[in-house]
Amino acid sequence: MSNALETTHLSKRYGRHWALQDCTLALPAGRVAALVGPNGAGKTTLLHLSVGLLEPTEGLVQIFGCSPLKQTTQTLPRLGFVAQDHPLYKDFTVADLLTLGRKLNPRWDDTLARARMQKLGIPLDRRAGKLSGGQQAQVALVLALAKRPDLLLLDEPLASLDPLARREFLRTLLDATVESGLTVLLSSHIIGDLERVCDYLIILSASHVQLVGDIQEITRTHKRLIGPRQDVDAIASTHTVIETSHTERQTTLLVRTNGPLFDPSWEVQEVSLEDIVLAYLGQQVTERPASLPSTRKQHGMEVVQ
Amino acid sequence: MIEFHLDTHSGVAPYLQIVQQVKQALRLGLLDVNDQLPTVREVVAQIAINPNTVLKAYRELEREGLVTSRPGQGTFVQRTLAGASLASQATLRRSLVRWLHSAYEAGLDSESVLALFMSTFQDTQKEETA
Repeated sequence: MSNALETTHLSKRYGRHWALQDCTLALPAGRVAALVGPNGAGKTTLLHLSVGLLEPTEGLVQIFGCSPLKQTTQTLPRLGFVAQDHPLYKDFTVADLLTLGRKLNPRWDDTLARARMQKLGIPLDRRAGKLSGGQQAQVALVLALAKRPDLLLLDEPLASLDPLARREFLRTLLDATVESGLTVLLSSHIIGDLERVCDYLIILSASHVQLVGDIQEITRTHKRLIGPRQDVDAIASTHTVIETSHTERQTTLLVRTNGPLFDPSWEVQEVSLEDIVLAYLGQQVTERPASLPSTRKQHGMEVVQ
Repeated sequence: MIEFHLDTHSGVAPYLQIVQQVKQALRLGLLDVNDQLPTVREVVAQIAINPNTVLKAYRELEREGLVTSRPGQGTFVQRTLAGASLASQATLRRSLVRWLHSAYEAGLDSESVLALFMSTFQDTQKEETA
């Protein structure tokens, strides 16, 4: 299967600070992927590198096998991008925005755009700045979808939306993926809704990729183990321990299993996706402090934001 | 036609929730042979779920021989799970109600009843698979 997005040792440095470092990942076509991580983890940098808004300091990024920076005629028509806070020209009416989209994009689907606006009850003569936040987000999404992209990237599309607007936004987005082959990559620091929406996950933390894969495969292979207090060496020899906590009598682990678990002293429990994500995000701080000087992280955050 | 709902805090994978809800409907007789399941687009519009998840659920049901997909038409029920058990369910329910009453009389609260049921249920499951 072909990849919609592929990066190899992709890195971006601002001055002395790495916003993204040694990022190697592949996003197969047709997936709806979540890019999660705390603020300043490098999510926006990765998205901007992917659409050619930034030039990599090191490494390679490819959209359907082409460079978004050097082969723009092959990549740009296939790319849709909604930046953070879904920016629109506030003085333009919705109809103006549709005209702009039509004139600028060779693959523009005006029928789709108008049908979706109507379905959402968004008046075409209203200025974008006068629409509610939820409606502005919807308009930005519809404009990106009417471009008929093969890969749609969304930077924190849900962050500023209330729960109802969020659900409506996801409906429009997911409806566009039905039978279209559209690949979606959306960044988010809200992990609650992701399992119903996404089937692929990329965890980014402190400028590094922590985990990439199919969500069902991820939830299937990660387990919580609870047992009497003991060393984790035996488990760690075959499985990957992500998180460890001890009480006086009990040891609780979160592990990525690399095969069946035979040791009967552990009670094995399923783990929710949210807990898995949190374990990976927490891991960086506790287990690899040496590679992560705090100054770098903070400065990187300021530069990225 | 049935409607799905999704509990994101249940810890059960979304595709499995759909599989379970179809099976539940088949068991209770809410879905019968030749009934159509909602299309992927309808499910997506209804509960804002990843279409691949719905497809995976339907494929799983198809693999178990419960539904069949007719190209260009949709997914239809091929086999029901209700059968003879639907008739005996009323009798079983009555004896369960009697048992519940005797449990409450013995001083058990709802949580103890559930705990007792689940542990007994799991024990018999183990015996049957052993």
